[in-house]
Amino acid sequence: MKKVGVIGVGHSRFGVRQDVNLCELAFESVKEALEEAGVTSREIPYVAVGSYGVWYEEPLPAVAIAEYCGLTGAGLAKIEAACSSGSAALLAAYTAVKSGYIDLALAIGIEKMREVDTLTAVEIIGRAGSYLWEFENFGMTFPAYYALHAVAHMNKYGTTEEDLALVAVKNHKYGAMNPLAHFQKEITVDEALSSRVISWPLKLYDCCPISDGSAAVVLASEEKVKELGIDTPVWIEAIGFSSGTANLSKRKDYVGLEASVEASRMAYRIANVKPDEIDVANVHDCFTIGEIMAYEDLGFCKKGEGAKMIREGQTEVGGKIPVNLDGGLKAKGHPIGATGVSMVVELTKQLREEIKPSTRQAPMKNYIALAHNVGGTGHYCYVTILKR
Amino acid sequence: MSEIPTLRSRKLEILYNIPISKTLKFWQGLREGKIYATKCKKCGKLYFPPVADCAECYSSDMEWVELSGEGYIETFTHVNVKPASFQSEPDYTVAIAKLKEGIRVLAWLTDIKPENVKVGLKVKLFTEVRHDGRVIYKFKPA
Repeated sequence: MKKVGVIGVGHSRFGVRQDVNLCELAFESVKEALEEAGVTSREIPYVAVGSYGVWYEEPLPAVAIAEYCGLTGAGLAKIEAACSSGSAALLAAYTAVKSGYIDLALAIGIEKMREVDTLTAVEIIGRAGSYLWEFENFGMTFPAYYALHAVAHMNKYGTTEEDLALVAVKNHKYGAMNPLAHFQKEITVDEALSSRVISWPLKLYDCCPISDGSAAVVLASEEKVKELGIDTPVWIEAIGFSSGTANLSKRKDYVGLEASVEASRMAYRIANVKPDEIDVANVHDCFTIGEIMAYEDLGFCKKGEGAKMIREGQTEVGGKIPVNLDGGLKAKGHPIGATGVSMVVELTKQLREEIKPSTRQAPMKNYIALAHNVGGTGHYCYVTILKR
Repeated sequence: MSEIPTLRSRKLEILYNIPISKTLKFWQGLREGKIYATKCKKCGKLYFPPVADCAECYSSDMEWVELSGEGYIETFTHVNVKPASFQSEPDYTVAIAKLKEGIRVLAWLTDIKPENVKVGLKVKLFTEVRHDGRVIYKFKPA
């Protein structure tokens, strides 16, 4: 099996991007990624586009984007894994290069969620899971699914609403330093706690925004990396994956996501990396409880001690393992198909130690980073380990 | 902030006709106040939501089992921001309860003040004909 390197990354500004259409939004990140890699669109044999769709007008985003970006002729696919569509697209591109089948591939993550009104967006994502048994008669929403986990976690481990607020405060702090973030504003614990209830106990500041955005990465085989003379490739050491039942009623418990545990175990095993060797991580904080559960499910701490990590500042720069230094889904925004690719873009820059301002650059010891991308409520999970 | 120019697309309205032939007894049962699960005759696995095929042993020889509806709440949430198609509903509480039979059910919890809902609360399922003619199942305190 070949080694696979990330040789070019691109990232649009996340937020309400009604200034651009789907293709124009993709172009922003594709152009940057190709230029960084030093390759042209004509050299790319395969493009995987991670996207959920429905909230934008194009049913074939891969085809529309490819035409707009001069990629027509490449093998194309839109790949859906809900909020982990970006990672699923990355896996498709990765395995194509890893196997030796092709030596260059492009993974794009994109979502354009703001072309529909907010409550329609709430409906589209609320239907994701088991439509017939959890939405049709009970109107589940994405915040409600994570709220079910927050209540269970609070009940079992004594996690508090203040702990959840601390996650939002941390991620807004870093989001404020990221010019590509949807929210570039610090918030206080009081502001978070007094924001309006969305699905108790989750309040507005516990929830990621509904965002537009795109991200792109160019992957290359080791031979291609040498041929192109790339001096700072970041290697994909492993992509672990797992999944959970469609019906939340079929899960064993609600204090974590089994798919995260399994996907991370697979990634750690393949990469031969231990959780305490990771220098920086991006975890799936679509809701604040998601970040606390991720600390535990990924083995950054013991089960039930996630809240302690945030209270002690262990996941800030200078802590045991800095997490979501780009603001996370919470502040950077969560254009759902873009997120998995966005995480790899951020972590590639972290590993290259080129983050500006340096106050959100993680110190590097082992040059190992981890991206944890969940689709739905643990319906899908992908964990990617990168190394420089 | 000035309005960003956009072009309004043509409207697309989609309604799905969801097949229920293989689980018809469940939907008919609701109208009689009964809540059914299915059980695999070959391996004995109990399914809720009811299914026509066993994912464990791949048998399609299933039998219907009426549920007691008795259980306790494992987790819950009070939903304030509701999806577009639920705008006419008052805010609702969703709970997942584990039933005596060992399976879990997700449904609305009613007949209780939100502040009194706790993990561990004993509940019972019942059926209800909704204002729009749909028949659904809900939890209430036991």
